[in-house]
Amino acid sequence: MTKKKEITKTTYQLPIGPIHPALKEPVMFEFEIDGERIVDVDVSLGHVHRAIEWAGMRRNSIQILYLAERICGICSISHPIAFARAVEDACDIEVPERAGYLRVIQCELERICSHMLWAGVAAHEIGFDSVLFLTWEMREKVLDLTEYLTGNRITKAIITIGGVRRDITKDQLPKIHETLNYFKDNFEKLRKIFLDDKTFKLRSQDCGILTYDDALKLCAVGPTTRASGVKKDVRVDQAYAAYGDLDIDYITPDVLTGEVNGDVYDRIIVRLLEVKQSIELIEQAITGMPSGDIVSEPKIPKLLNHIKKTAGEGIGRHEAPRGEVIHYVKFDGEHENPYTWKVRASTYNNILPWIPMLKGEQIADIPIVAASTDPCMSCTNRVAIVDQNKKYELDKEQLHKLSVEKTRRLMR
Amino acid sequence: MAKGLPKSFKKALWVYHCNSGSCNGCDIEIIAALCPRYDVERFGIKLVGSPRHADVLLITGPVTRQMEDKVKRIFEQMPDPKAVICVGNCGNTGDVFYESYNLVGPVDNVIPVDVHVIGCPPLPESIIMAVAKEWVKLETLEAKK
Repeated sequence: MTKKKEITKTTYQLPIGPIHPALKEPVMFEFEIDGERIVDVDVSLGHVHRAIEWAGMRRNSIQILYLAERICGICSISHPIAFARAVEDACDIEVPERAGYLRVIQCELERICSHMLWAGVAAHEIGFDSVLFLTWEMREKVLDLTEYLTGNRITKAIITIGGVRRDITKDQLPKIHETLNYFKDNFEKLRKIFLDDKTFKLRSQDCGILTYDDALKLCAVGPTTRASGVKKDVRVDQAYAAYGDLDIDYITPDVLTGEVNGDVYDRIIVRLLEVKQSIELIEQAITGMPSGDIVSEPKIPKLLNHIKKTAGEGIGRHEAPRGEVIHYVKFDGEHENPYTWKVRASTYNNILPWIPMLKGEQIADIPIVAASTDPCMSCTNRVAIVDQNKKYELDKEQLHKLSVEKTRRLMR
Repeated sequence: MAKGLPKSFKKALWVYHCNSGSCNGCDIEIIAALCPRYDVERFGIKLVGSPRHADVLLITGPVTRQMEDKVKRIFEQMPDPKAVICVGNCGNTGDVFYESYNLVGPVDNVIPVDVHVIGCPPLPESIIMAVAKEWVKLETLEAKK
């Protein structure tokens, strides 16, 4: 008993969140702190739980597309595309070749947009606000292009089951090239700021290290895992849409520096190089785009009828800007709405790596290390149990029981 | 500029942004409004880190059950006169999440809202317009004192 008391004297708890100026979204951290060093971290989630999967099981597949789009405003193409691929997998719907190319263009535009957004937030977290403004001004160019191509800046509603909803016509190409050229011209400027600047180097090198083994063990995804040297990218591993026809390879920090440290600096390198890669992919996709249909079945009632008659399950994977997104659907062959819909967003995998990253760091490093995985709480908050007193209970036994029950239900 | 606004503003509006469970769409548009393209800071509109410093509360998201008391507490912490802007369809009506078991919202059910901004997400222009409208309200409240 006396020993315990001594421990409480030396370390103290520091709660951050759920509403905090450093956090853009509700999430709560409990830090165990010894002086300036972080001894332990606990993350509490569930503040953004909106029962999306529950609602999805009561709607038909076309309606779910728009629900999936609103899982996360930043990955507003990644979730619909993963869902659409899951339904296409379950119902054997073939996507026309041109639609695959159009999907690639939209996905890569979103990636540029998301990485630019992240770069700005990362700069803001270390107190470099002029860089935040610079990157967000550049980001507006991509948003302009997105608005030009799809009609909206954030939620694009472009993906549909079996293809895309809007084509890219010949007279739209000059504007696309103009934006891409703007990025190519300014890429060197960005590279200089993020990779050569002394402030960035001081704050990001040897900070928040995630080793290769930890990245593998904790199943980190996306740029977070690639920065630790793990070669994992759905676009290469399971080339979908038109990625198989394009020249694409894993981006790890050793491409540029020749070594892998797995620190925040490496994560910046990976994202920066991915912006460049995305520009190249869009250019390749535009040159190689064949003519043809953009959707396999334009008549929605006919499509829904086909889905209704299908019994089966499907999985859709997609490499979102933050990492791999997996959607799973199951249809029972009688109803329009899916029997099960399960979403695994990328941040879900990237939360546990926070613990090895943050341990041993200083309090002041919390924002930049947490931001370095590009966390997205609205994607992640999915598992929560509500009891009658409006309290959240995440009892391990109960969770296990529920999990077993769910597996049984799915096996039926 | 909104009608009824005095030629010289008596004060700069300080805005506090609270995410009550939104999808981030509105949140990034709010930050976009603060960035060079729209640059609302030239009007004296500034995002602050504490509700105790704020005149206006920008609230996004449909208010999940876990965020309910936190939203109420933030509203109570703001000094008078204060105003609330609800940004985005889901905070105004529930939007695609309308039937969810975990929502206490729309925001109207939790705290009084003065200006509703519709859109999913609204354009930064609409958000700036809403803040300008709030300005008029706060100026009138101030004049009544």
